[in-house]
Amino acid sequence: MEFALLLIGNGVLIGLMYSLIALGFVLVYKATDAINFAQGEFVMLAALISAAVIVMAELPFWVAVIVALAGMIAFSFGLERIVLRPLLGRPIVAVIMATIGLAAILRGAGPFIFGVETKSFSLPVGDEPIFLGPFILQPVQVTGAVVSILFLAAFSWFFLKSRMGIAMRAVADNQQVASAMGINVERYFALAWAMAGIVSALGGIVWGSMLGVDVHVSLVGLKVFPVVILGGLDSVIGAVVGGLIVGIVENLAAGYLDPLVGGGTKDFAPYVLMIIALMVRPYGIFGKRKIERV
Amino acid sequence: MLTLNNIEVVYDGVILVLKGVSLQAKEGSITTVLGANGAGKSTTLKAISGVLYSERGEVTKGHIEFDGQRIDGKRASDITRLGIVQVFEGRRVFEHLTTEENLIAGAHIERELRKVRENIDLVYSYFPRLRERCHQEAGYLSGGEQQMLAIGRALMSRPRVMLLDEPSLGLAPMLVEEIFEIVSRLVNQEKLTVLLVEQNATMALGVAEHGYVMENGRIVLEGPAGKLRENSDIKEFYLGLNEVGSRKSYRDVKHYKRRKRWLS
Repeated sequence: MEFALLLIGNGVLIGLMYSLIALGFVLVYKATDAINFAQGEFVMLAALISAAVIVMAELPFWVAVIVALAGMIAFSFGLERIVLRPLLGRPIVAVIMATIGLAAILRGAGPFIFGVETKSFSLPVGDEPIFLGPFILQPVQVTGAVVSILFLAAFSWFFLKSRMGIAMRAVADNQQVASAMGINVERYFALAWAMAGIVSALGGIVWGSMLGVDVHVSLVGLKVFPVVILGGLDSVIGAVVGGLIVGIVENLAAGYLDPLVGGGTKDFAPYVLMIIALMVRPYGIFGKRKIERV
Repeated sequence: MLTLNNIEVVYDGVILVLKGVSLQAKEGSITTVLGANGAGKSTTLKAISGVLYSERGEVTKGHIEFDGQRIDGKRASDITRLGIVQVFEGRRVFEHLTTEENLIAGAHIERELRKVRENIDLVYSYFPRLRERCHQEAGYLSGGEQQMLAIGRALMSRPRVMLLDEPSLGLAPMLVEEIFEIVSRLVNQEKLTVLLVEQNATMALGVAEHGYVMENGRIVLEGPAGKLRENSDIKEFYLGLNEVGSRKSYRDVKHYKRRKRWLS
């Protein structure tokens, strides 16, 4: 039982990190209907930037946070302007293919610019594990989880209550009508991508400090798909729940199934779950259903 | 106050949809544009509101003036800021937003929260049914309620001109009457100017002051609504009546006749 709780505790912490990264994906999908296949590469880019600041330039940690945030926001704005805006009004598949191309470019350009060796840095939170009842928690993971919770709450509030959030949902619902309401659709697209940039920056710093920074950081992007498909592609709360489920399932699989079969179940358990979810609830737990009046 | 001068609209760079349309909407009244499917009525409205550009269409000739200012070529969101708002054909409410959120989104150009609340109350006073449904997702409202919401949402930006595209589409006759009655009240009480596109000619000519008839991307007939109602072509093709006022059988109408009489 203690072992199970331990696994679940760690699953929750990792899961919240998945939620945060998935949130970037959800924000873009919600506002622009585009599936961003480069979300993992966004995280990688942010991790590379912060590693460059800390390891190569030897500047303090807080500088890295600011540079990573600013860099990712600038990158997202530029991306929206140069790549995505010309594709406005075209089939959404064009945008999706563009993000796949972008992912490949980032995976190549990242190591090309920042070097291929793994760079490691740590968050200034110490590495003494925290003992809390049955749980043994890593400070890095706790920090990641706290940051995730803060931002998930902030974005939930933004979408549900703020006028900008309502306008953004209106854009997601119908771009043409939204523009006729005086809503500057392009500006909201840019905003959605910038928010994806912000969560990627945070995710990249925490994730990078846990794993060490190289091109493999982008693999976390693959975890985004089971998270958002379980939770619902366009739901902030769905990203949270989906992330928690994936984190917990992954850890339980690693703890209980791996010893039986010799390992590796951790990596595919979330996808099994994803396929089941697609069969029984294709719009996810909290995803919006298509409303059809008859 | 709103003038279209000989405008041409081309879609995708090749498809000529409007071929020199001129019309005027007079301040504080309803002007209607009648015509069959595909005549270019909706395109005319989209050209004014600027949403044409998101459909890869553009005004290639002529100009659109609002209060003496040229507005063709401006972005849709900027035109809304000038005080022209379009209510789209087929309601097009934001389905996943609640009624109230739809209204808030409609007031996007209004900065002050207090004014937004005032406008919401104004909309509810014209459409009391929306107040009862204020926290319901708009996609689950009935057709009539959605049309009311679409008009109410457009009102939220306190426009001076409303472009109404077929508000009667797919609604029961009683609802159509209710909605037209409210629109007339809006025109009288809120000093709204309405450009109304309709296929329901009886209703439209009943409330409008002036009317235009479009066919094939051109205006083929225009005049005060009262006169149009008396026009024998309108009676025959839109109101379904012949000279004596009884129902007309379309078997007796030769197809070429209709074209010929309007172009002559």
